[in-house]
Amino acid sequence: MATAALDTHDSHTGGHPPTSTGLNNTKVAIWAFIGSECFFFASLIATYMIYRGRSLVGPFPHEAWTDPATGHVFKAILNIPITSVSTFVLLMSSLAMVLAHSAVVRGDRKSSKIWLASTAFLGATFLGFQAYEFTSFVHEGLTIHTNLFGSSFFILTGFHGAHVTAGVIWLLTLLFIDMKRGLTPDEAINVDVCALYWHFVDVVWIVIFTLVYLIK
Amino acid sequence: MATTVSLPLPAAHTSHKYESGLWSWLATTDHKRIGQLYLYTSLFWFLVGGIEAGLIRAQLYGPNGHVVTAQTYNELFTMHGTTMIFLVIMPLSAAFFNYLIPLQIGARDVAFPRLNAFSYWVFLFGGLFINASWFFHAAPNAGWFGYAPLTTRPYSPGLNIDFWVIGLQILGISSLAAGFNFITTIINMRAPGMHLMRMPIFSWMAFITQFMIVLAFPIVTVALTFLMLDRFFGTNFYEVSAGADPLLWQHLFWLFGHPEVYILILPAFGVVSEVLPVFSRKPLFGYPVMVYSGILIAFLGFGVWAHHMFAVGLGPIADSFFSITTMLIAIPTGVKIFNWLGTMWGGSLRFTTAMKFAIGLVALFTIGGISGVMHSSPPSDLQQTDSYFIVAHIHYVLFGGSMMGLFAGLYFYYPKITGRLLSEKLGSLHFWLTAIGMNLTFFPMHFLGLDGMPRRISSYDAGQGWESNNHLASYGALLIVTGMIFFVWNWFSSMRKGAVAGNDPWGAATLEWMIPSPPPDYNFASIPNVTSRYPLWDRKSPHLTSEVPHGSAAESKIDVEIGGLSTGTMPAPSDTALNAVHAHPSAKELGIVMPTPTIKPFIAAFALGSVFIGLILHKNLPIMFIAATVFVLALFNWLLTPLEPEHHSIS
Repeated sequence: MATAALDTHDSHTGGHPPTSTGLNNTKVAIWAFIGSECFFFASLIATYMIYRGRSLVGPFPHEAWTDPATGHVFKAILNIPITSVSTFVLLMSSLAMVLAHSAVVRGDRKSSKIWLASTAFLGATFLGFQAYEFTSFVHEGLTIHTNLFGSSFFILTGFHGAHVTAGVIWLLTLLFIDMKRGLTPDEAINVDVCALYWHFVDVVWIVIFTLVYLIK
Repeated sequence: MATTVSLPLPAAHTSHKYESGLWSWLATTDHKRIGQLYLYTSLFWFLVGGIEAGLIRAQLYGPNGHVVTAQTYNELFTMHGTTMIFLVIMPLSAAFFNYLIPLQIGARDVAFPRLNAFSYWVFLFGGLFINASWFFHAAPNAGWFGYAPLTTRPYSPGLNIDFWVIGLQILGISSLAAGFNFITTIINMRAPGMHLMRMPIFSWMAFITQFMIVLAFPIVTVALTFLMLDRFFGTNFYEVSAGADPLLWQHLFWLFGHPEVYILILPAFGVVSEVLPVFSRKPLFGYPVMVYSGILIAFLGFGVWAHHMFAVGLGPIADSFFSITTMLIAIPTGVKIFNWLGTMWGGSLRFTTAMKFAIGLVALFTIGGISGVMHSSPPSDLQQTDSYFIVAHIHYVLFGGSMMGLFAGLYFYYPKITGRLLSEKLGSLHFWLTAIGMNLTFFPMHFLGLDGMPRRISSYDAGQGWESNNHLASYGALLIVTGMIFFVWNWFSSMRKGAVAGNDPWGAATLEWMIPSPPPDYNFASIPNVTSRYPLWDRKSPHLTSEVPHGSAAESKIDVEIGGLSTGTMPAPSDTALNAVHAHPSAKELGIVMPTPTIKPFIAAFALGSVFIGLILHKNLPIMFIAATVFVLALFNWLLTPLEPEHHSIS
C-alpha cells in the first residue's frame, strides 16, 4: 500500500529514495555525456569529410604531390600499416578494460590491478604512436597551417587523442585508488562508468580510422 | 484567492556555519540558492541588454542619428543579441530549471549538486568575460551569429571577436554541464509514483530542452573551436584562400542555432503550461499531446537549420526540403497553442498578472510564429531576409514568447521563492506597459522590413518612408522601459511589504506548492508518493481531476498520502502540510543528509575561466598552464571528496 512507504528515507541513498530507474546517477550522466560527444565528434568528422580533396596544396593523405614552385615531391603522408598496429593496440585496451571491470566486480584485487594497468598502458601506447605520427608528419611538411587537410586532420585526431589522454588519467586514478586501498565490488560502478567512456573513445577511433585512413 | 492565509514567515531553519553571508552563496550546493543566483544574474544582464536596446532605439529614432558611432552601433546590436540570448533567456530559464525541477519531481536536490554550482559559476564567469570587452573598447561587433570568414583574424583583427568566441565557449561549458545534470535528475530523482507521464509539464519541457542543449551545443563548440584555432593558432578552417568553404560556419552555427531557438522557447512554453491550468481551474488540455508535440518540436528543430540560409542559394532540392520541414514544425507548435486555448476554454479564469503574461505569450508568440511560417517559403524569405521583418519576427518569438512566458513564471513563482506575493496592481501596470510597448516597438518593424529597411544599419536617410515607424518603435521602447521600472519597484518592495503567500497562494496542483514558501533546504520532509498529475488537486479539489488518469488500485487516489498526511484527513485547504505544523525542523533534526557546502566548484570554475583569460592575453602560456593545473587539482579534490558527510559517493 502506498500509505506505508512515506517515512523519511534512509541515509544510505543520500537522503533520496533509490533512483527512479534503479540506474546509478553517474551512469545515466555518462550516457548523456556520450550522446553529446557523438555530436561533437560527428561535427569534427563531418568537417574532415567536407574538406576531403579540397586542399589547394599538399601534402595529401593518400596521393603524392609535387610542389610546383620547388619541384619537391611529397609522398602520400598516411602510414596505414603503423596506424593499423596502433588501432589494434587501442582495441585490445578495450578488452583489458572489460577484464578490469570484471575483476573489480568479482573482488579479485590482483587481476583488477593488472588489467587496469594494462588498459592504461595500452592507451598510453596508442598515444605514443600518435605522438610519433604527428612528429613525423611535421617533419614531412604537414602542420595545422599547411592546408585544409592538415587543419582538419590534426584537430580531429588531436581531439581524439585528448580524449584518450583524459581516459588514461582516469584509469591511472582508479589504479592508484585500487593500489592504495582496493576497489571494492560496491565501487565497480566507478570502473563501469570509466569503461563506458573508454569504449566510446575506442569506437570513435574505429570510425576515424575507417574514414580517414582506410577510405581513399 | 481564498487560499492566501496569513502565516508568520518561516524563520531560518538550519544552524550550520554556511547558513548566511557571502560564503554561504559561494559554497552553496542548494539548487534553490543556485536558482536564485541564476535569477538575479540574468535579471542584471537583462538590464544591460535593455540599455543596449535603448541606445539602439535612440540612434534609430530619426534619420541620420548621431547618438553613437557606426562602430559602437555594431557593438551594441551584437552585444544586445548575444546578451539577451545567452545571458538572459537561457540563464533565466536555467533559474527555473534549478529552482523548480527538484521541487516538481519531488526530490531534495539535483543529481549532482556540486556540478550544478560549477555550472553557475562558469556561466557567471562567461558573462563577465564577454562583457569585460566593453572596458577594452573592444566589444564583439559581428552580429550575434558571428559569420566566419567575417570573424576570422584578417577581417576582424581586434580583440572584439576574441572576447565573443571565447565567451560563448565558456557559456557552452556551463550549459552542457547543467544539461547532463538535469537529464540525470529527471530520469533518476523522481519521487515514487512520479511516472514520466505524471510529471508536471514544465519539468517535461525542461527535460526536452536539456536534450536539445546536450545535442546542439557540441556542434557550436566545434564551430567556435575552429574559429578560435583559426584566430589564435593559424588553422585554415574558415580561410577561403586555402580552399575553405565559406558556408562551413553557417551550417555548423545554424545546426546549433535553430535548436537553440527552441531551447529558448520551450522552457517558457512549460511555464505557461503550468500557469494556464491553475488560473483556469482546469487540468491542462491534452497533456500527452503537449508532451509529444514538445518532443516533435525538438526533433524537427534539428532538421530546419538551412532556412536561415535560403539567401545563400543552396539549390532547389535543399530549399524545398528545409521549406517543408519548417512548415512541418509549425504543426506541433500550433497544437500547443490550441491546447492552451482548450485549457482556458470553459475554465473559471482568474486574470492575475501571471495569467496575463501567460495569455500574452499565447497571443504574441502566435504572431511571431505566423511570420516564422512566412519565412519557410524561400521566395518570400528572400524578400524578408536581413530586413527589419526578421527583427520583428525574432522579437515576437523571443520577447513576445520567451520573455512573456518567463515573466509569467516570475509572477507565479515569486511567492514560492520569497514567501511573499508581488503586488497585482504594479504587476498589472507592468504587464500592460510591456504588452502595449512591445507591440508598439516591434509591430511597425514588419512594415519597415517590407518597406526595405535593412537590419543592422546604424543610420538611414530621410525621405524613405521609414521615419514614422521608427518613431513608433522608439516610443514603444520607452513604454517597455517604464514597465520594467514598475517591475523592479514591485520586485523589491514586495520582498518586505508583499502579502504573505503561504504554501499555495494560487490553488495550484503540483508538488512544489505543498511545501512551505520559501522551502526548507531539504524541500520535502518526507518524499511524497505521487498517484496522478495533480496531487494537490486530488486532495483539495478532487472534482477537477476526475478525468485525469490515476494510479492503479494499489496506489489509488483514496490512499494518496502527501507530506505525511493522507487524503481526507486534511483539515484545511492549505498551509497544513507537515512542515508548517512543525515550523521547519532542520534537516539534521529530521535525520536528512544534505550535501556539504563546498567552495571547490567555484575554484574549479574560476581556474577554468583563467585558462581562457590566459588565451586572450596573447596566449599567455604560463597563466594558461597554471590555471589548467589548478583546475585539474580542484577537480580531483572535488571528485574524491564525498558529496555528503557520512556517505560515500562520487558525483
